[in-house]
Amino acid sequence: MERQHYSLFTLARQALTGHRGWQPAWRDAAPQDRYDVVVIGGGGHGLATAYYLAKIFGVTSVAVIEKGWIGGGNAGRNTTIIRSNYLLPGNIPFYEHSLKLWEGLEQDLNYNAMVSQRGILNLCHSDEQRDAFERRGNAMRLHGVDADLLGPAEVRRMAPFLDFDNARFPIFGGLLQKRAGTARHDGVVWGFARAASDRGVDIIQNCEVTGFVRDPSGRVTGVETSRGKILAGKVGMAVAGNTSRVASFADLRLPIESHVLQAFVSEGLKPVIPGVITFGAGHFYISQSDKGGLVFGGDLDGYNSYAQRGNLPIVEDVCEEAMAIMPMVGRARVLRSWGGIMDMTLDGSPIIDRTPVPGLYLNGGWCYGGFKATPASGWCFAHLLARDAPHPVAAHYRLDRFASGQLLDEKGAGAQANLQ
Amino acid sequence: MIISCPHCGPRDSSEFYFRGEATPTRPEYDAGTAAATGYVYGRINPAGPQKEHWYHAAACRSWLLVERDTRTHKFLSVTLASEQGR
Ligand SMILES: Cc1cc2nc3c(=O)[nH]c(=O)nc-3n(C[C@H](O)[C@H](O)[C@H](O)COP(=O)(O)OP(=O)(O)OC[C@H]3O[C@@H](n4cnc5c(N)ncnc54)[C@H](O)[C@@H]3O)c2cc1C
Ligand SMILES: [Zn+2]
Repeated sequence: MERQHYSLFTLARQALTGHRGWQPAWRDAAPQDRYDVVVIGGGGHGLATAYYLAKIFGVTSVAVIEKGWIGGGNAGRNTTIIRSNYLLPGNIPFYEHSLKLWEGLEQDLNYNAMVSQRGILNLCHSDEQRDAFERRGNAMRLHGVDADLLGPAEVRRMAPFLDFDNARFPIFGGLLQKRAGTARHDGVVWGFARAASDRGVDIIQNCEVTGFVRDPSGRVTGVETSRGKILAGKVGMAVAGNTSRVASFADLRLPIESHVLQAFVSEGLKPVIPGVITFGAGHFYISQSDKGGLVFGGDLDGYNSYAQRGNLPIVEDVCEEAMAIMPMVGRARVLRSWGGIMDMTLDGSPIIDRTPVPGLYLNGGWCYGGFKATPASGWCFAHLLARDAPHPVAAHYRLDRFASGQLLDEKGAGAQANLQ
Repeated sequence: MIISCPHCGPRDSSEFYFRGEATPTRPEYDAGTAAATGYVYGRINPAGPQKEHWYHAAACRSWLLVERDTRTHKFLSVTLASEQGR
């Protein structure tokens, strides 16, 4: 299939010929007998891994195996926030690498992923929280990441509609990362799929991995699937909320719990919210999509779940928090809500590492922050699969950190998944 | 979700605090680092029936041993943890 380059010129030509000349963006492949690398999971991370394997590391015999359709998991369910405003030295370089990749992604993929650097503003509501934000902002700046600490007057200029003098949660200021923002979630999936497919990657849908093929030494040499056996030099897992399930096929027990996270979108409104805003006295965040819908969410439901839907107490909680910080949204109607299954690790940070099983590699534990990580996660997992060594910016995402005590606990919440 | 507490009857899940899976048991103090790490950080995390602990924080303050299907949120059984010796 000849690659169709997307440009203003192509669009104009298609417009003049009734848009009859568009080709499928990527090949829906049937499985071959063997690949050098099989990546399980056709979410953003799996597809980005395949793309960078082919583009950066020269590994082109690659299949991405997806049990449903690509982007049907968390990649298509998240609230699309991208940012690199982390505190810990083990995290900042990784997320900054990711944000830099986002900044050049559309040119690189030749695909409109609607990356919009509209900024993220974390609000603080006490002196202590402002001190903590100052510390985080300084940590970011020491790593060369942009961060601005705003006082209440500056916040008021940006977002006059907030409830500044709320008796319980007065706004003391905020930490702003201007380069943060949003991207179009399924656009990112399709962009990576198209670019990977162009480089020879097979994207195989409706193909569920049900087990691993092992040789007598125990090494993983392929996967059993609903469409037959597929052999592989190496197998990488990028299955997000299903990580424990797939790992259990190799008898691995991981420091991961699956939890449901809900999100909400309102009817379309004229532009009212300038960027992403987060409430610091609870867990609530909101942005506005280009279509006008207010996209918002909050905490996990708090119990293990694979159901991809949540319950009413969180709906109530999220709406109460919305009203506490921006009462103006009270008149907007909620259009839809949904849930996705988060792979929550016990320190809140991800894992990109080999497993104790030879031939089997793990990318998971993204909690509710893996969308922003998509490009860097793919890049670093591809590095690990191709070179058998961790990429320097992902070197802390080891599986054995739980045994060695070198946890990456941004929140300091301890081994309790629903508090991360 | 409605949880039927043995003391209080059917109550909204927001009255309860979720502690996590109840199947692993604490290893002996001299069982070694691997056993301790496995207990603190290892999770079975099944897609299906799971034994787990809930605490009825807003009412009788009892620890409950619950079996619930993580795919459907259906409660299969609710008993007092104290009666199970857990
Ligand atoms: C409501 C919500 C809001 C979120 N908001 C944000 C946000 O604002 N910013 C942010 O950074 N992150 C956010 N996240 C987190 C982010 O979406 C995830 O961390 C990230 O998408 C996970 O990586 P992925 O895209 O590869 O996952 P997925 O898209 O879930 O991909 C995994 C794929 O593996 C497939 N799979 C599973 N088991 C098998 C099997 N046995 N065989 C074959 N295939 C299999 C699944 O079908 C799925 O398609 C949010 C998540 C949710 C649910
Ligand atoms: Zn009770």
